[in-house]
Amino acid sequence: MDKRGALMLAGMGLALAALSALWMFQGLGGGNRAFVLHLRGAKLAALVIVATAIGVATILFQTVAANRVLTPSIMGFDALYVLLQTALVAVLGGAGYVGLPAGAKFLAEIAVMSALASLLFGTLLLRGARDVPRMILTGVILGVLFRSVSGFLGRVLDPNEFAVVQAVSFASFNRVDTGLLPVAAGVTLLGAILAWRLSARLDVLALGRDPALSLGLRHQAVVLGVLALVAVLVSVSTALVGPVAFFGLIVAGLAHGLMRTARHAALLPAAALSGAILLVGGQWLFERQLGQAATLSVVVEFAGGLFFLYLLLKGRIR
Amino acid sequence: MIQIDHVSHRIGGAPILHDISTRLPKGQLTALIGPNGAGKSTLLRLIGRLEPLQAGRITVAGRDVGATPTDQLARVMAILGQQTAIASRLRLSELVAFGRWPHHKGRPCAADRAMVDEALEAFALAPLAGRFLDEVSGGQAQRAHIAMAFAQDTDWMLLDEPLNNLDMAHARALMRRLRDLVDNRGRSVGMVVHEINYAAAWADHVIAMKEGRILAEGPACDVLTETLLSQLYDAPIRVGLHEGRPLVLHHV
Amino acid sequence: MRPLPALSSALAALMLASLTVGAAHVDLRGIFGDPQAMLVLLESRLPRTLAVALTGAALSVAGVLIQALVRNRFVGPDTSGTAEGAALGLLAITILWPASPLWLRMVAASLAAMGTTALFLAVIRRLPVREVMLVPIAGLVLSGVLGSVVTFVGWQTDLMQYVGTWLMSGEFSGVISGRYELLWIAAGAAGLAWYSADRFAILGLGEQVATGLGLSTAAVMRLGLAVVSVVTAMVVTTVGMIPFVGLVVPNLVARVMGDNLRASLPIVALAGAVLVLACDLAGRLVIRPYELPAGLILGIVGAVLFLWLLHRRPARG
Repeated sequence: MDKRGALMLAGMGLALAALSALWMFQGLGGGNRAFVLHLRGAKLAALVIVATAIGVATILFQTVAANRVLTPSIMGFDALYVLLQTALVAVLGGAGYVGLPAGAKFLAEIAVMSALASLLFGTLLLRGARDVPRMILTGVILGVLFRSVSGFLGRVLDPNEFAVVQAVSFASFNRVDTGLLPVAAGVTLLGAILAWRLSARLDVLALGRDPALSLGLRHQAVVLGVLALVAVLVSVSTALVGPVAFFGLIVAGLAHGLMRTARHAALLPAAALSGAILLVGGQWLFERQLGQAATLSVVVEFAGGLFFLYLLLKGRIR
Repeated sequence: MIQIDHVSHRIGGAPILHDISTRLPKGQLTALIGPNGAGKSTLLRLIGRLEPLQAGRITVAGRDVGATPTDQLARVMAILGQQTAIASRLRLSELVAFGRWPHHKGRPCAADRAMVDEALEAFALAPLAGRFLDEVSGGQAQRAHIAMAFAQDTDWMLLDEPLNNLDMAHARALMRRLRDLVDNRGRSVGMVVHEINYAAAWADHVIAMKEGRILAEGPACDVLTETLLSQLYDAPIRVGLHEGRPLVLHHV
Repeated sequence: MRPLPALSSALAALMLASLTVGAAHVDLRGIFGDPQAMLVLLESRLPRTLAVALTGAALSVAGVLIQALVRNRFVGPDTSGTAEGAALGLLAITILWPASPLWLRMVAASLAAMGTTALFLAVIRRLPVREVMLVPIAGLVLSGVLGSVVTFVGWQTDLMQYVGTWLMSGEFSGVISGRYELLWIAAGAAGLAWYSADRFAILGLGEQVATGLGLSTAAVMRLGLAVVSVVTAMVVTTVGMIPFVGLVVPNLVARVMGDNLRASLPIVALAGAVLVLACDLAGRLVIRPYELPAGLILGIVGAVLFLWLLHRRPARG
């Protein structure tokens, strides 16, 4: 990695450390310190885990898709998650759903989502490789279809059951189950390390199918493996806090913009760091300064959508 | 030698190649010529394992393309396809450096870097080495892709219409460089070429294809005759002579 | 089978069915002797049936127009920012003047819808021409961005309930006599479109061809913009947005009849009415006596149809 890149990463690391310290220790009164620290620490951990998982997953996904406008959530992943939740409520009933043991449900969700997502992305990306925009549109419409089916199931259910589903349809960093954090952290860390180890191969993959094949890369195997990794990472994040829509797009854009290189060894850590800075900083801003805890995801969605349009108009879709 | 045995291919149900059997001789520059839709690119892509074989067998320097691990094949042949739009934001030197990947798998050494420099020199890209791919002209980007294949330093080089986007001077320079590879470095080249006179002037061996079948194959002087070319392109074509090699007067 | 007679009989059959289905029992054969049933028919069933048919017809025609304006087959009034614009207009007028008369709310919705659709057209103009799929993607994202603004404002001002109906899933269960008449305006606007059908067909051939034929493209675009916005605003105000109709129906009819708009617009209107009636009936029957919104049914049926259209082999080579 060149000097500029290394300095950039170091700078981001420092900024994150500073923000985290601010988050943890600001305004800490004399009261029940241990309790407050525990609460704050849990939320901080959740934010960093989500940022790492989504940041890394989006960079990987965009390399495989050869496209800087796509993200797993745009391709229908979020809607798939909501559909799964609705189906669970439909099958188990509201009480049964809420009564599921959190740890087991978390792991089961990750497993099922990973399998479904791998299938979804694999089909879309391998079949649609020659016509990217058509593939994007397919992914988006599939997302609409999943959401409509969720709505259908939701209506067919008892309205009380439906309220349970409603609650999980949007991301919330406020209702994180701290018991899940160790598992989530472990899976995310493993996933990130695995992605890092693949950096060199990912650089070759980014050249495109023909050059990668010519250089002797086992293209199909690598693509499917990376997609499975993406599916696991996105599943962990979604199971922890819910769907985060355009966040990945912003983070990937930031990473590319800041690092100005195509090397994954630089992009992957940059994505994780910039995502964490955005989330921790943003949550601090909204929760502590503006007193509006719930608006982070709405703002991210709005900003992300505008950024997407900007990329589209700039012709970055190729 | 590249040996092709009874290869057939369909794309979406439409037959593209019909039971092709031929060979590309070692140590020579072979040109694949023919009208649009003849299947030249498809055949080249099958040899370069860019598409999976549906029927038949292809061996490159004794290795079965369908059975040999792909990274071994990458040290034996380099293939340059027609699609050269790359999503990555790369500098020219970085792109060419990827040509060494099959040899160092991510840990380049001094010999690799020397090879990259030589490739950049060979295609007059040294002054542009620091520029990004999307900042140079189409022809310069095309040369960078060819330089990448050159840096891969393999016995066989397969090129699908490499002269596209190149102006006259650079096209001629490329053909000279390919001849040098064949004559002085013991390499073998297979290329699909659209402008037939490049085949006439520079190729040792010519394979003429039409509608998925091989119409004729052999030394350039034997294949590039008036009767054969007129048959190939379904139009009367005159052939002259220039410095001992055929000159195809297709444009008059 | 020729489309016109087939669709007309389908429409008649569906309308009859729509008149009979519902929580209260209505027997059409003894209708004139039963004042109670007559009341239900005139106050509820008939307005609802008419509302559904008008919505389907008007939205489909609006779909044809927006596709001509944008020169792209894969857009509709629900994926062009138009519906979200209408919702924004309604939000604005509800916040600024809660007791405003209906006509004023209608005007606000229409004007706002025109504004956002014009924005969509401006965005499209900056896209590379050859990328067909980018246009619907841009429309979808623009709708999403505008929708998040609407949602945000709705949450902050505690008007989410209304926003939900306007944008998420339109439904006809609330339609009674006196609550749906705006839809006749939508139908009128659509009728205006038929009157200018040839102009829109020429517009769809491209800027250069249209100008060469002496068409004032700017004037036609303004007319198209106005019609699409008015239709959408009326639909959103009365029953809420019904997704996919404006996108899918014009495509299906064009597969059979081509793009001669003067001939195909009436068929498009009929087909739209038939589709939405069918979905509304399905919504009323699936979990009877409870109802599912027609918009929800169409969200599934429409999405599947759209995917099919996206991936089918072209009808004629």
